[in-house]
Amino acid sequence: MASVKKEMQSLSKEKMVEILEKMLTIRYFEEASIKAYQQKKIAGFLHTYIGQEAVGVGTLSHKLPQDSVVTTYRCHGLALTLGLDPKSGMAELFGKVTGCARGKGGSMHFFSKPHNFLGGHGIVGGQFGIGIGAAFKSNYDEDNAVSFIFFGDGATVQGTLHETMNLAALWDLPAIFICEDNQYGMGTANARAIANTDIASKAEAYGMKGHTLNGMDLNEVHSRMGEIVKEVRATRRPVLIHMKTYRYTGHSVSDAGLYRSKEEVDSYKLKDPTLAVAREMIENKMITEDELKALQKRIKATIQEAVDFAEESPEPPLEELTQHVFMDDVGNA
Amino acid sequence: MPVIEMREALNQALKEEMTRDEKVFILGEEVAEYNGAYKVTKGLLDHFGPKRVIDTPISESGFTGLAVGAAMMGLRPVVEFMSFNFSLVAIDQIISNAAKMYYMSGGLYNIPMVMRGPNGAGPRVSSQHSHNMESVFAHFPGLHVMAPSTPRDAKGMLKAAIRCNDPVVFLENELAYNLKEEVPEGDFIIPIGKGDIKREGTDVTIIAWSRMMSLAKTAAEELAKDGINVELLDPRTLKPLDMDLIAQSVKKTNRVVVVEEGHFFSSLGAQVAESVYTNLFDYLDSPIARVYQSENPMPYAANLEAATLPSVDKIIKAVRQVTYKA
Repeated sequence: MASVKKEMQSLSKEKMVEILEKMLTIRYFEEASIKAYQQKKIAGFLHTYIGQEAVGVGTLSHKLPQDSVVTTYRCHGLALTLGLDPKSGMAELFGKVTGCARGKGGSMHFFSKPHNFLGGHGIVGGQFGIGIGAAFKSNYDEDNAVSFIFFGDGATVQGTLHETMNLAALWDLPAIFICEDNQYGMGTANARAIANTDIASKAEAYGMKGHTLNGMDLNEVHSRMGEIVKEVRATRRPVLIHMKTYRYTGHSVSDAGLYRSKEEVDSYKLKDPTLAVAREMIENKMITEDELKALQKRIKATIQEAVDFAEESPEPPLEELTQHVFMDDVGNA
Repeated sequence: MPVIEMREALNQALKEEMTRDEKVFILGEEVAEYNGAYKVTKGLLDHFGPKRVIDTPISESGFTGLAVGAAMMGLRPVVEFMSFNFSLVAIDQIISNAAKMYYMSGGLYNIPMVMRGPNGAGPRVSSQHSHNMESVFAHFPGLHVMAPSTPRDAKGMLKAAIRCNDPVVFLENELAYNLKEEVPEGDFIIPIGKGDIKREGTDVTIIAWSRMMSLAKTAAEELAKDGINVELLDPRTLKPLDMDLIAQSVKKTNRVVVVEEGHFFSSLGAQVAESVYTNLFDYLDSPIARVYQSENPMPYAANLEAATLPSVDKIIKAVRQVTYKA
């Protein structure tokens, strides 16, 4: 823990406020999305990032503009971390044409081209190839980009992870495989699905380095990922990170949570990464109670503006239905 | 004009497009050092080097997914499936990722990617190496599907596919790689969505593609001896179908036979027939006849294999049926 404290103190006040702002933005965005879902303004699936904020924010603090990011259907948090306008995100959830995917992708498919955010993807393990493809492109163009590939614990038993770790290791692709282990693949506890739950140990089979991090601790994630990203950028060797984290909300909003106890969920709420960062910043005199309240108020207002924007935005016009099936018009279609 | 084999025509297309655009690269099993399982990529490794001609491990899902990601970041991959049977291992990458990406990203990420390789039955390779995949891929919006029947078409069509900004499934055929034809040297394009009349006729239109066009040509020559004048129509692109050309031909001949190597049910041939019935019903003088592979997995035994596949005789029989000249 000593090194972790040191990390926070080594970061500037401005940097820490920026990190806290991102974590709170995710938290309030997701809370607002759940509320809107309950009001039936959002439909379909809704998988929130609540509880996992430290993983995304701590990791992507080290993303450079040329780097790319791909993830699962639990994609809102990472998109917001990268700088996606909450208005654009919320409008997507509302199925409006002002959304980041013009209302065609929905909750599971956020994209942002300026951030090389290659999407949220709905098939467990379907995004690994995209991630190593971006890493491949970096080597092809001989730039120094790295590719962040996020996935859940459930995807560690899909064949695609193993195929792509093999390819990345074989071809020296700068791919950072980040397993966000929230301990359940939907309602199935990992011990019931994964023969070897030491996720990082799987790296060894492909001659890669594997690391296990406490994904509930922003300081640990930020400091260790800083070193790891730097190393991958320089060596072009892929790496596997096991982030131990937790989601307080269900797998999706329709999840009644019958597979885990209230005590278990509550115990993790005590370790809430967002609250922990705020508390430590106050202890370290990086922010005052009043400043924190002002920050929270400001972000809540931003999220409310996003909700209002989404609500007021138009649905996609009907001619959008058949647009963007293809980029090229070849006729006859 | 030089006479070359289909595999050489495809090779020329790849070489010319890779020379024209350095973002184009090819990856797949045995494409580089082995020079391609069917020698379509022969010499490309020597010419372009290992950066752009890449041998992959046997990881179809992995390398197809890699190609999708590389395409999203601006490269133009050509994926070779040693056989389209193996594309089934990668089908989630092809359908859920390549085909859907442009739409579900609201037009942010197009996928300029070609997936090519032999489709359909090889000789005596039994059940798992004989799939005809065109109807599967043509079902999902977001993919173009092309299937050349001649070397000249193969070259011009593959060049169009590589220049396309959307994913193209490009179906070749193992038994057609050694077909020979005069093929123009240098650059020419056969656009996506444009069919071709391979033989002018007046009595009946046979719609066939890929290797089935060769059988249809032989059948047409046989039928000509009996005074039946067959028009051969090769759609070349299976999706989107060149309905303008089909309409022109059907309005002239008023009779249609659809020949495909794939099975009867839910097939591309069924779709062609449906499109003709819906759009050209009033021009038909007889019900459409279809020639197809019977509804069983491909058997190994020579006699059973021959019995299950379309043949010249079956095509002739179908033409006699629609022309009422038994």
